[in-house]
This record gives sequence, C-alpha cells and structure tokens, in this order.
Amino acid sequence: MNRLLRLLPLGATMFLGGCNWAVLDPKGQIGIDERSIIIRATWLMLIVVIPVIVLTFVFAWKYRASNARARYSPDWDHSIAVALVMVLLPCAIVLCLSVITWRTTHELDPYRPIASDVDPINVDVVALDWKWLFIYPDLKIATVNEVAFPSNVPVNFRITSASVMNSFFIPQLGGQIYAMPGMQTKLSLIANQAGIYDGISANYSGGGFSDMKFKAIAMNSLEFGDWLAKVRASPKHLSVGTYKVLATPSEKNPVEYFSDVDGLLYERVLHEAKGESEALCTASRE
Amino acid sequence: MLGKLTLSAIPFDQPIIMGAVGFMVLVGLSVMFVLTFLGRWKWLWTEWLTSVDHKKIGVMYIMLAIVMLLRGFSDAIMMRTQLALASGGAPGYLPPEHYDQIFTAHGVIMIFFMAMPFLIGLMNIVVPLQIGARDVAFPFLNSLSFWLTVAGFGLVNVSLGVGEFARTGWLAYPPLSELQYSPGVGVDYYIWSLQISGVGTTLAGVNFIATILNNRAPGMTLMRMPIFTWAALCSNIMIVAAFPILTVTLALLSLDRYLGMHFFTNDLGGNQMMYVNLIWAWGHPEVYILVLPAFGIFSEIIATFSSKRLFGYAPMVFATIAIAVLGFVTWLHHFFTMGAGANVNAFFGITTMIISIPTGVKVFNWLFTMYRGRIRFPSPVLWTIGFMVTFVIGGMTGVLMAVPPADFVLHNSLFLVAHFHNVIIGGVLFGYLAGLTYWFPKVFGFRLNDTLGKCSFWCWLVGFYLAFMPLYIVGLMGMTRRINHYDNPDWYPFLVVAAIGAVVILFGILFFVLQIGFSIVQREKTRDLTGDPWGGRTLEWSISSPPPFYNFANIPVVYGRDAFWEAKRKGLKQPSTALRRIHMPRNTATGPIVGAFSLMLGFALVWHIWWMALVGLVGIVLSIIVHSFNENRAYYVQAEDVARIERLSSRLLAH
Repeated sequence: MNRLLRLLPLGATMFLGGCNWAVLDPKGQIGIDERSIIIRATWLMLIVVIPVIVLTFVFAWKYRASNARARYSPDWDHSIAVALVMVLLPCAIVLCLSVITWRTTHELDPYRPIASDVDPINVDVVALDWKWLFIYPDLKIATVNEVAFPSNVPVNFRITSASVMNSFFIPQLGGQIYAMPGMQTKLSLIANQAGIYDGISANYSGGGFSDMKFKAIAMNSLEFGDWLAKVRASPKHLSVGTYKVLATPSEKNPVEYFSDVDGLLYERVLHEAKGESEALCTASRE
Repeated sequence: MLGKLTLSAIPFDQPIIMGAVGFMVLVGLSVMFVLTFLGRWKWLWTEWLTSVDHKKIGVMYIMLAIVMLLRGFSDAIMMRTQLALASGGAPGYLPPEHYDQIFTAHGVIMIFFMAMPFLIGLMNIVVPLQIGARDVAFPFLNSLSFWLTVAGFGLVNVSLGVGEFARTGWLAYPPLSELQYSPGVGVDYYIWSLQISGVGTTLAGVNFIATILNNRAPGMTLMRMPIFTWAALCSNIMIVAAFPILTVTLALLSLDRYLGMHFFTNDLGGNQMMYVNLIWAWGHPEVYILVLPAFGIFSEIIATFSSKRLFGYAPMVFATIAIAVLGFVTWLHHFFTMGAGANVNAFFGITTMIISIPTGVKVFNWLFTMYRGRIRFPSPVLWTIGFMVTFVIGGMTGVLMAVPPADFVLHNSLFLVAHFHNVIIGGVLFGYLAGLTYWFPKVFGFRLNDTLGKCSFWCWLVGFYLAFMPLYIVGLMGMTRRINHYDNPDWYPFLVVAAIGAVVILFGILFFVLQIGFSIVQREKTRDLTGDPWGGRTLEWSISSPPPFYNFANIPVVYGRDAFWEAKRKGLKQPSTALRRIHMPRNTATGPIVGAFSLMLGFALVWHIWWMALVGLVGIVLSIIVHSFNENRAYYVQAEDVARIERLSSRLLAH
C-alpha cells in the first residue's frame, strides 16, 4: 500500500512528460500516418461531440423544474430545423470520415509495399508458444525474440503462427496484424529513426502470453552489418530438429541467434497446419 | 461412472477460489435457513419458482442479474488490483492460470448472465404493461426461458468450485479453445452454459416478438407504441436473428472438441477465422441487442421527467430500426487486423460509421426533449444525463476505431477495453439501473430511496471515469489487453488510478445494494398509492402499483401516443364496461424441472458422464411431452373476484 501511495504524485509528473506514448510517438512512417489519422478523426468528431456535451448541461440547467422563467412547451415534439441539423451534421462528418477511411485504408494497407529507393529487407515471422521466431530468408539467418533491420529501409514481414492466433505488433513503428496458423499475413513497416522498440503479441494466446515480447532494433547499416556478423557467429543452426525443440512451449525465452536456417522451414510451418506437409512439432500443451 | 470428474477437480489448494466458493455456499445455506425458519419454501415454490406471471419472472431475472453483477464485479476488481500490483517484474497475486479464467469469466458473466437477464427482466416487467396486455404471448415459454437461463447460470457458478472455467477470453477463439490447446473442462463449461442459456434467450426473443405484435391493446398501432416497446421489439428481432448464429458456432466448436471434427482446428482444413467471423456475426448485433432497450429506457425517462412529449418520436423509431438492421453488417470491424484487404476493411469501417448517424439522431432527440421541458432530477434522470455525456465519448472512440488504419494501432489494446466499457457501462448499465429505479415502484408498490440512489450514481460515474480514462491512456501507450504483468514503469500510475476507480465503483454497488435494503425497510414511507409516482405517460402507470396479477381488469383502448398522459390531461376515462371474467394461465413446475434437467445435462456433458447426460436429455424431453398433454393450463378469474380486487386497488388509488 505504501508503494501505491508513494507513486500517486509521481503519476501527475509522468503525465506531463517523460512518458513513452508509443502510439502517439511513432518512429516510423506508417505509425506517423496512423497517428495523424487518429488525430484528424478525433478533431472531426469533436465538432459534434463537444456541442452535445455542452448542450446537455445547458439544457439540464436552464430547463430545470425550479426555473419558472424558462419556457415550457409540453407538446413541442418536432422541428424541421432541428431535424435537418441532427441528420445533416452527422451525415457530413461521416461523409468526411468515410472518404478519409476509404483513402487511408488503401494507402496504409499493411500488405502494400512501402515505396523506397532502397531494396526492402524480408523477414518471415513465426509466432510460437510463447516467443517470436524471425527468419531472414535472404540472409539465411534466424533469431528469437529480437528482430533487427536497418533504419530507413522498408521491412516486409510475412507472418504466420505455429500454434494459436497471436498479433504481431511494434506499436512505435505502425499497426499490427494477426499471426494465424496455416495462414500468412503480410506487414510492411519502416523505421525512420534508429532505436530499440518494444514488440509484443497483441492477441491473447495462453498462459505465457504476457511475456511474449521481443525487441525490434532499427540501426544504421554499419551497425546492422555488425549485428549480422554477431548472428552469423552463433554456433546454433535452425534445422527441423532444432525447430521442434524451439517450438515446445516456453516462457520468457531469451534472445537466440541461428547462423544458419533450413531454407524451407517457414513454408513448412505455414503448410504443416493445413496437413499439406509432414507434421512438424505442434506441441500439445499437456 | 463419473467420467472425467474426480475429487481433484475441486481446487482445494487455491485459497481465493475456495474462499469464494465457501462464501457462496454460506450465502446459499443462510438463504435456505431463513426460508426454512420462516416456513416459506412452499410459498417460494408456488408463488415464485413455478410462476408464469411476467412480472414475477422479470423480478427473478433481475435478481439473477444483480447476483451476477456482484460476481462479475469481483472478477473486475481482482483484475484491476492484479495490474496495480504486478508492475516492474512483480508477479502480483494472481498467476496466469487463474487470472486468465478471471478475465474470461468477467466477460462471459457480465454479458450473458448480467446484462442479458437484466434486459430480459426489464422487458418482462415493462412490455406487457406498456402495451396493455395481461401477460406475454406464451407464459409457459417465458418461465422455460428463465429456467434455462438459470441452468446456464448454475453451470457457470459450479465451474468456480468444480473444475475450472475457460482461459480463452470471453469469445473463446480457436484454436486456443480447441482440445489441443485447452484440454481441460473450462471451455466445455463455457460452451454448455452459453448453449443452454442461449436457447432460453432465443425463446424469450420469439415470445416478445409475438407478444408485441399480437397482444397490444385495441387502438395501439405500431406508431403509437411506447418507445421502450419499440426498442424491445427491435432488440428481440435481433435476438431471434443473431442467437442461432451463436448456437451453431458453439455447436461446431463442440463437435471439434467432442467428436474430433475439424471445423476450426489447425489441421485438416479447419479454419479458425470462420469461427471469428461467425462469433462476431452474433457478437456485434449482441451489443445493439443490449443497448437499444437502454436507449428506449432513457427515452421514457427523459420524456417523463421533462414533463414533455418525446422530441421526434418517428425519427427515434426509424433510428432504432436502422441501427437494428445496420448492426448486422459491421461485424468485421472486430478483426480488421485479420488481413482481409483494403476494400473489405474500408467497407466495414464505413458501415460502422454510418451507425453513428441514427445514434446521433437519438442523442439530439433526447437533448431536444429536455429543451423547453420542466426537468426534475431524481436518480433516473441523473443516470440519463450521465449516460448522454459519457456515451458520446464512447461513441467517438468507437467511430475512431472504425477507421481501419487507426484500429491497427488501437486494436486489442486497453484503449479498446476502455471504449467498450465506456459504451456498455455508460450506455447499457446506466440505462438498466435507471430503468430499475424508474419501474421499481410499479412492481413493488414503493419507491427506492432517492438519496442513496444518487450516491450510487455519483460513485458509478466518478468511478467509471477514474477506472477507464487511464485505460484509454495506457492503450495509447501500447499496453495490450489480457496481460497479467508488465515491466513498463510508465503504465503503473495509470493502472493504480484505474484500480482506485474500481474501488469507487465498488462503493456505487454497495450504495445500490444498501438502497434496495433501506428502501424495503422504509417502504411504508415511500409507498406509491397512486400507481403513477412520476407523472408517467404510458399505460403501465394507469394501473395500481403493484398491478393486480391480471394487470388490466378491462383492456384499455388507446387513442394516441402517450396514452395515459393524454387521458390524464384531457380528463378522459376509460369506458366503464362491466367487469368480465379473465382467462389466466396456471403456474407450472415444468419450467424449473426442465431447468434442473438442463443443468444436469450440461454438467454431464462437461465431465463426459454419459449416463447422466442421457438422464438429463430424456428428462427434458419427457417433461415437455408430459406438459404438452396437460390440458388444465389455464383458468378463469371470476368477475366478482376481479371486482373485489379492483375495489381494493381503487381504494388505494383514491388515497
């Protein structure tokens, strides 16, 4: 209880500054665009929300029963003017929002590659119980619970799950997308600044869910080269055999590096769930 | 013999669970003791449990809802304290296997066993009185619906002490809810409690549609119906359209779990997203099923206490119908992140936003009902004004999340959790509590204490803002829902404030319970002798409080909207025809008996006790067959008895 009390005033100071506002403090272009939509839509809606709240209080006060001076018209139950405003104003706002929605949904379609002068980097993501496996198909390496990429280079994620549904989400870089067994989703993100960003699963997936976190590290190309060298120096290889071990449920899995990876592993994980390839290990949790 | 059931199913090593079970058993035993002590068992059985009177069934529904509100809230405050403690590496006091059951149970209980029974209870009490009917169209079916709900309620509560509840989240998405990932009985408790109570809900929907369409008093055309009855009609049509989807979805899941099929499994062509689509095709209409009648309650209250006609009756009706229709074409907004593609996402985003237009019409209608009114401020009006202010904020965050790119960063976050609590507490719950306060004197013949009601309102309102505004903030800070512990220090102070908010809401609930107890003790002081304590506008206020069991001695004739208000104002009297004998349904024990067999069936299916399942199933079928051969189902209240009861109540009314 003491601990709670001590932190109360702290809350106020934290509110003013120093907080990490993740979604409102994006570091990647997709996230920045998504924030601007949130802000634009909120302002648009406040056009009608604020007057409604104010009018509620004004009318409640002005027409209180004890105020005998206020006009009382017990049979007044329709007005063309009010009807027009109450239909047309929301219609106009919804129309604006719909246009915004249609355009931005297409512009920010997670499947849409990000236009850039540099070649994108490809990362295949597998959600496991309860950790994230990242396979770099072009670089032939794999990592667990840590994904790195150069900043200002688009990253094309292909995402699936080897067990239950999760959601792949790096709040400061942009939106999330589900990781589903037997299905593949895609997500394009880009980091405008170097930095270490929190990555999470945003869809409850069972007992170890709370610790199913990873770090997304955006670095300049020099640092990325060093990081690659570090991963490639790892003695571990990701074959079907080591994957089966990795896929057994575990919590708070440490970061792991694999200097080599079975080139067909991602495809096999994806298709295994459909019964189209030999069974890998779909570890039961019993 | 007992299937999977062994003594180890009872979690003796869990002090929190055993404490809760012990408390529930203790309360149950003391209720039994009091009933035995007062010799009231027979009275309970003949007057209440076997009753087919819509008013009594309504009261029992609402009592069930209040009990489950307490249980659902206990879950809520446990979650909030867990998150206020489990910061920076601390594990808190609830390990995931317990915590995950709690958030699942909280959602299931609050929607299926708090909100739905509360809603159906209010409709039971109010709809027949508002349309000048003597009961619902099918009184026995009504009793059956209630007892099926009770069976589901029993199953959920048994799961607390025997076995476990689901750890899947309240919609039990597969493959997590499949046997491979949830081998325990938790999901089976989930499935069968919802299946049994869901059948009850569907039957209730059929019953109310038939009642409203067939049993209206002469002269009450559709466009003269009170607005709550309109909302109830739309809501019940939605129930009948949506609940079968839930039943089928859960049936498919149970085929996967019981017979090894592959509708939603990972292998052999199963597709989990089919489940997600189906469950939301029920789930989204469900929120409108809950909120439309709440809108109806606010409409009745705001017109009554402004002593003024409802502004824009026809737009209100059309807005209600529009919401009921549009509610079926927005389900995909619950999973924009599935990757359905921009065209699909944009389509469902826009249909969602369009719903805000009829909803906006309603808000303006309430506003302009207050305009040039004479507003009194007893607690039902406070709930209404609190709702108007709170609900527009929740509506705004809802429309915000209907924009798919915005949803990509807000989906599944605590922002989402804050949003739907904003509309469900601020809309649905405030509405039902307002309705309870408003119609309480009609049912029981005395008003609830208004001061305590206001205390309850202010605690709920302040508690709501304290508990959920911080959740909007941590949602924007990237906190996802259903996590059990976290190490981001920025979230901590907000989660502490949220926990404090939950404590303030606790006071709101305590004041509410106190209000009911205190009002019962003081009932002589607040007795309603007029039948019309608030200056009401609709037919339910034209008869005594409480109404005689047949409601209306003579079925009233209706000449316009706000029938009772116009009659009072113009001094119109109902034509005084001679009293005639009244045909009334007899009480029947079939409802509780079928409910008991259903509970047995559900429990047996959960634990794979096949002989018991067979007994339950055969019991249900036989009871229904026996009941259908019972021809002594109704009787006449003779004219002289009606006259005697009416003399009594008119003596009361003359006071």
